[in-house]
Formats: sequence, structure tokens, C-alpha cells
Amino acid sequence: MKAKINGQAIEYNGDGEMPLLWYLRDIEGMTGTKFGCGAGLCGACTVHVDGVAVRSCQTFMEDVDGTEIKTIEGLASGETLHALQEAWAENDVPQCGYCQAGQIMQAASLLSENPNPTDQEIDDAMYGNICRCGTYQRIKAAIRSVAGDA
Amino acid sequence: MTIQMKNLSRRKVLQGMGAVSGLVLAAPIISRSVIADAHSEDTGLSSSVYLMLDTDGTVNIQIHRVEMGQGSRTGLPQIIADELDADWSRINFMPAYGDKKFGDQNTDGSTSIRMFFTAFQQAGAAARAMLVQAAANEWGVAVSDVDAENHRLINKVTGASEDFAHFVDAASELPVPANDTLTFKAKNMRKYIGKPVRNIYMNDIITGSSQFGQDVMRDGMLFAVAARPPVAGGKINTFDKAAAMAVDGVVDVVELPTLSGGFSFKPLGGVAVVATNTWAALKGREALNATFEGGDNADYDTTAFEQALWQSIDGKDNAFLTRGNADAALESADKTYQADYFVPHQSHAPMEPPSATAEWQGDDLQMWVCCQDPQSVQNTVAAYVGKKPEEIYVEATLLGGAFGRKSKPDFAVEAALLAKHTGKPVKMVWMREDDMRHGYYHTIAAQRTHAAVKDGKVTAWKHKAAYPSIGGTFDPAATGPGGFEMGLGLTDIPFEIDNLQVNSGDAKAHVRIGWVRSVANIQQAFALGSFVDEIAQGEGKRTDDLWMELIGSDRIVDPTSEGVEYGNYGMSKETHPIDTARLKAVLKKVVDMSGYGKDMPKGKAIGISVHRSFVSYVASAIEVDVSDSGELKVPRAWMAVDCGLAVNPDRVKSQMEGAVLFGMTIALHGEITAENGAIVQGNYDTYPVCRIDEAPHVEVAIMDVDAPPGGVGEPGVPPVAPALANAIFAATGKRIRRLPIRDQLMA
Repeated sequence: MKAKINGQAIEYNGDGEMPLLWYLRDIEGMTGTKFGCGAGLCGACTVHVDGVAVRSCQTFMEDVDGTEIKTIEGLASGETLHALQEAWAENDVPQCGYCQAGQIMQAASLLSENPNPTDQEIDDAMYGNICRCGTYQRIKAAIRSVAGDA
Repeated sequence: MTIQMKNLSRRKVLQGMGAVSGLVLAAPIISRSVIADAHSEDTGLSSSVYLMLDTDGTVNIQIHRVEMGQGSRTGLPQIIADELDADWSRINFMPAYGDKKFGDQNTDGSTSIRMFFTAFQQAGAAARAMLVQAAANEWGVAVSDVDAENHRLINKVTGASEDFAHFVDAASELPVPANDTLTFKAKNMRKYIGKPVRNIYMNDIITGSSQFGQDVMRDGMLFAVAARPPVAGGKINTFDKAAAMAVDGVVDVVELPTLSGGFSFKPLGGVAVVATNTWAALKGREALNATFEGGDNADYDTTAFEQALWQSIDGKDNAFLTRGNADAALESADKTYQADYFVPHQSHAPMEPPSATAEWQGDDLQMWVCCQDPQSVQNTVAAYVGKKPEEIYVEATLLGGAFGRKSKPDFAVEAALLAKHTGKPVKMVWMREDDMRHGYYHTIAAQRTHAAVKDGKVTAWKHKAAYPSIGGTFDPAATGPGGFEMGLGLTDIPFEIDNLQVNSGDAKAHVRIGWVRSVANIQQAFALGSFVDEIAQGEGKRTDDLWMELIGSDRIVDPTSEGVEYGNYGMSKETHPIDTARLKAVLKKVVDMSGYGKDMPKGKAIGISVHRSFVSYVASAIEVDVSDSGELKVPRAWMAVDCGLAVNPDRVKSQMEGAVLFGMTIALHGEITAENGAIVQGNYDTYPVCRIDEAPHVEVAIMDVDAPPGGVGEPGVPPVAPALANAIFAATGKRIRRLPIRDQLMA
């Protein structure tokens, strides 16, 4: 199968059932996408497939044939950070930081579909992304600070 | 959190140690032999093992503690940068690797800032003094005519200035000034200490380039997962090696050493599958079809064990603190209160499951581990690979959460053994289920409290706790709470009452018990804070008023004066006493912030609690909104914290915000159970943690006090669960005595 990851073409002929997560991390060495639960329960591994947030631990390689995949490493445009990355820094969101790539990718997907979400819509969209450090309040603030400008 | 279990004499011995000759400044926690080591490594200006200036002026700060979100690796350099008058942008933050010369590296117990503040101040101030002296010599002016500002030295006579870099060589030839000659910045002159400096890893985190233990990659590296005995202390019985080897990508199947004797930090045994990627290793593990023998703990069942704990509560008392005669006071009381509280096992469940990478080059072993204590990795691994601890290079990666789990390096041993066996670098990857089923759990605790009221005053408090001790992880004979656990809220009860009795009941551990963020304070503050509220409700008093009555006059409480062996979280009672005025002040603050006590609509209420732990004082107020059908919302929370000097106020604030969520998870959801010795829960579906929809808006107040730094990472947790339970009572009349709350409010 063939796909693009952050604009780079890849070709893969291995086990089609390998989750995209392990392909990214172990084969490509792209470790920005994190492993948290392996069961679609925590959102740490969130990436975009054709612009939509998915859990890469629940997405098989055979299902991404012909798609464009974007990971946290490809979210910025060159040296220019995505507005959400800027907002994450401005609000000092991360504590340990482990879940934050997934949080940012999920939030980016939300804002691309709904540039001005309500608080309830933010909660609904971010529900699947766990932060054990408890940074939710700042995640909400960061998303709100970008919402409407997108 | 193991402070109380350590031999503290080392710190005592070295306290007050003056400067030594040469370029290295003795910090109070560095041993003498180590100073020589640091000396021999010098290539620039070193004023301590934590600080070295390159000749280009780069300030290398050796942050020996690890980062798991608590902010130490930002806070510690702030201290040096301030005293040195350094430019923050010219600091090189060096990773933590294990070496005794740094002193204690076990990053738990909320210790990094409070135990190393002075050493880091001294390192910065000594280097600054040496640079100033070098400049004075070159310029032929008095030391008092030289000032330092933002990486430059200024000649106050001529107004000329030069970069630090210019003076590094000359300064490195000067003696390190004695500690007692150093002067530190006045509070109002500080540029970094007390300021909200941004997390040094921010850019890496938001761009995905930060490296956690799970992210380590080495050339030719293999990936391993393991099937471990589901019962702690069990062993592997059968497994199908050929079937696992037949999986594409599987390279080897390796039996791990069976655990014997006490648990300690030993790996659990079982069998590992090593493969070219994690997915292949996982498929190989499934193909193993491994079976296990249970061993001594195969009968452990938490439902039955809870009954045993209550029998222990009914049974023999082990007295830890006796003041007056609580039983007699209860006999002669106008009114008595009694309550039973239960808190089950908890899992740390950090977002990053444990992981370790090992690489052998000939006889040299290097490791990269998401560990809280690289020295503990060295010590534990050494015993398995036939090396001395100091011969193993262990670098601590960033930790994707830890909460105490990653102080226990069982998983690192697995990586070291597999790398040795295969001759390749190996990353041991723990799955979420491995983390949840092979943890070092928070204990399982029953408590019974009694109080006597006479003439409207509480005259006696009697408190008994029964739970397996953390000590059981190291000594299988341990039975019931140790003094270091009872000292986390019970033997240090700050109540000014005549009759006080603190007892424990026996209980043996059947899983590995570990320390989880705030440790025994979790259950003990829950019982304390709930019971104060119960008595207040019964007496028709405001809960804050009763707290103030119980705490009593402004004074220093010293449990050792009543015969208690009290560890005070490893700090001296002179610098970090139990100060009732500070405890009352945070409570008053949280009441003011939250408006506790005001009239609220039906189903809504605010509950409060307060607790001192890790030598800091925190009060919580939690607002609940409970619907008629029992649906619970927590719209707002308030935290007032007195942690002494707050080196980085924004990280203190974020820790308090996070503590609300951690405490709410314990209160609402957290429960690990065992059946037939095996842990039932496996992932975030069966062990839910709070999600964004449950997150309240948290307001934090940091008290402005003139006191040395206290702990921050843990002390926010203890008052949250009781404040929440008290709010629920106020809103619904339903008293929560058993955690988690889960669906207890449902009609």
C-alpha cells in the first residue's frame, strides 16, 4: 500500500493489520504520536487521516492505503507553528506533556470542522483524550483562544 | 514517596559542611568522595556538581532530578539562574543520569525544590562570586565595584561591561568561596525565582519531538513485550515458544527470571517476546498461549479482604499516639460520633506506560528509562547483570506521568536482561494492561473514627487505620501500617484536644503495594476531612468553624514531643514545622475564595477540607451540582496552597489544578480489585479516570509567606476527596464513606 505521511510518500508491504501507531513509531521512528492505551480509549495516538482525527492504534495499515496522514510532526507549516501549538504554549497547557500531541491533533481536527465551537462542543470533541495530569482547564482555554480566529 | 524509609543521617552529617579547596563547592547533600569526582571532570568553571560554565559563557545546569510534569526541571534551574544573574536563553539544561555524586535523585515525595533549593542557590551564588572576583582582579577595582546583570559583569566605576564568557577562565582559577560567605538575592531583586518561567520542554512537547521512555530509538533496536504472571509472586508454567517464533518479525522468546523472596523492585518473571516492532511482539505474545502458577497470593480477593480489614479494625490495636484517655472521654461524653471509611486500591495509570531501553556495547551497559530515580535503576539492574551500580549508565528520559509508579524499576531489569540475551539494543514496552495489572498499587484501607463531644466541644478523637503497608513490598513479614505511613496525616493530627488516640490494625499485603501521589494521606485525609464535616453537621456548626476549634491556637505542633517517631517528610522541624497558623490561613483563604456557607440552590453545595502534607498546607473547596436522579457535576473548585516560597508560581498553580483532577478520579472512579490473586481492571474502560467533561474550573491562591519551599506535586491531592464528599452531603444529605463514589448517588 501507498500513503503520504506529512507530505512524504511511503510504501508498505508488511502485515496489513499492523496499527498505524506502531508503523509510525517503530518503523518510521516518528515518536511524536504517543502510545497510551492501545484500545482507542485515551486519544494519545491521535493523528489525521485525510484531515480527520483518528486513533492510530485502531487504524490498520491496510485501511490507510491512498490516504494522506498528518502527525504532530507535520502540524506546523515549516517554522510556523499551528495556532493551537502557539495557544498551548501561551496557556502553559502541558504538565508531563505525554498526551498533548494527541490533544492538539484532536483540537486541530475539531477547529477545522467547527471553527467556533461552544464549550459543550469542545467537551464533546475532546472527551476521548485523557490527560492524567489534569490539564483540561488549560486545554479548554487554549482551544477557546484560537476558536473564532481559525 | 519513601522519604521516611531512608536513612536521613547522611543529610545530617553533611549539613553545615563548608567549602572545600578547588573549584567545586560542597552542597549539603553531596558526599566528600563525590566532590573529588566532580573536580576531576572539570573543563570550565564549576561551582558545584550541578553547574558548569563553558568558556563561551554557556551555563550548563546539571538537573539531577527528573521531569514528569511537576516542573522541577524548570524550577531548579530558575534558582541557579537567579543567583548567577544568568541569561535564561544561554542555559544548557543537561539530562539527568544516575550518579551518587548528585545526592538523592529519587524524584518523589515532592522533594526536588524543597531539598535542593539551598544547594542550587549556593551553586549559582558561588559561581557569580567567582566571576565577580575575576572581573575585579582584571579591572583593578574592589569586588563591591562589580555588579552582575543578565550574563554580563559591570564595572561600576567606569560603566564598562563584559560578557560572563570573558571571565570564565580566570574565575576557574579562583577558590570556591565558602558557603557562609555567600550572599543571596533579596526577594525583590529576583528575576526568575517566584516568576512563572515557561516549561523548558514546551516547544518539544507541542511539536512532538520530546523524548519519553517509550520514544527511545537506537540503531538496530528490537522491541519486547512480556507475558507476566497475573498473580504477584506467581510463575510461568507453560508457553508455546514455537508458535510465537513463527510470527513474522519475532526474533526471540526469552524466559525472565522467576521472582523469589520479597517483591522489592524485582521484575515479576514470565516470558518475553522480542521482535522487530511492537506489533509483531504483541502478536507473538498472544501466540505464546502462556499459562501460569499462582503462588502464595493466588487466593487474594479484594471483596473478602475488605471483610478481613474490618475484622482487623474490630481486633487488636497497635497504638501510635496516646494523649489523655480517649476511651474515658468517649464514655463520659454528651454525644459521640462514629464512622467507618473505606478507600480501595488505586492505580497510578500514568499516560505513558513504563518502558526502558538497554544497549550493551561489549561489557558496557547503557540505559534510557522513564524512571523517577536513575540511581535506583542502577542499583536494581546491577544485581541482575553482575555489574556494579556505578558501572551502568542510566539516563532518565522525560516521564509521561509517573505518580510514584516509575520509582520502581522492575521494568528496567527486563530490558537489561533482554538486551544482554539478544546482543541488540532492546526497548521493553509495557502495554496499558501490563501497567494496570502489574502495578505497585495504592493500598486498600479501612478506618474507624470516634469523637466525643461534651459541653459543645470535641473532647476526644480516636482514629484507627488498617491497611497493608508499603513496607510489605520490601519485607514480606510487614503487617499493617508503618510509622512512616501513620505520619502522613494521623500521628501528626494538629488538633488541640485533650484526648487523642491513633491506632493501627494488622493487615498483610498480597499485591505489590507502592506509593501513589500523596500516599497514605489519600485515605487518611479522606477520613479526617469527612469526619470533621460529620461532627460539624451533627453539632449544627459550620465545618470551617469546627476545623478552627479543633486546630486551636496558633502554635507549632511537634509529634515527637508525644513520643511519636515522626519523619516530617524528611525535613527538619526547625525549617518546616507544623504551623497551625499556616494551616488555618489556607482554610480561611479557601472559604473566602469560594464563598463556602452561602445559600445555594437545591442540589448545589460547596464542601471544604484542609490538610498539611509534604510540609505544605492546602485547603480545597469543591462545588457540586447533583440532579434529582443523582447525576453529579463539579462545576468549580478552589485551592489555597501555602508551599512556602513558590519558585515557579505557574507550575504550583498547574499542580493544584491537576491535583483536583487526580483527587476527583480517586473520589469518583478509582478502584483496583483482585480476584484469584489477579487484578481485574486492564485499561481506561475498566479503570476510568476523569475526562474533560468532568473537569471543573479551578481557581488557585498561592499564599504569600516568608518560608522555605515545601512540596507541591502531591499535597494538593489529599483535601480534594473529602471536600467533594462533604459537598455531596451538603447538597443531598448522602454521606459518602466509601470510595469511589461511582453510582452511589443514583436514585
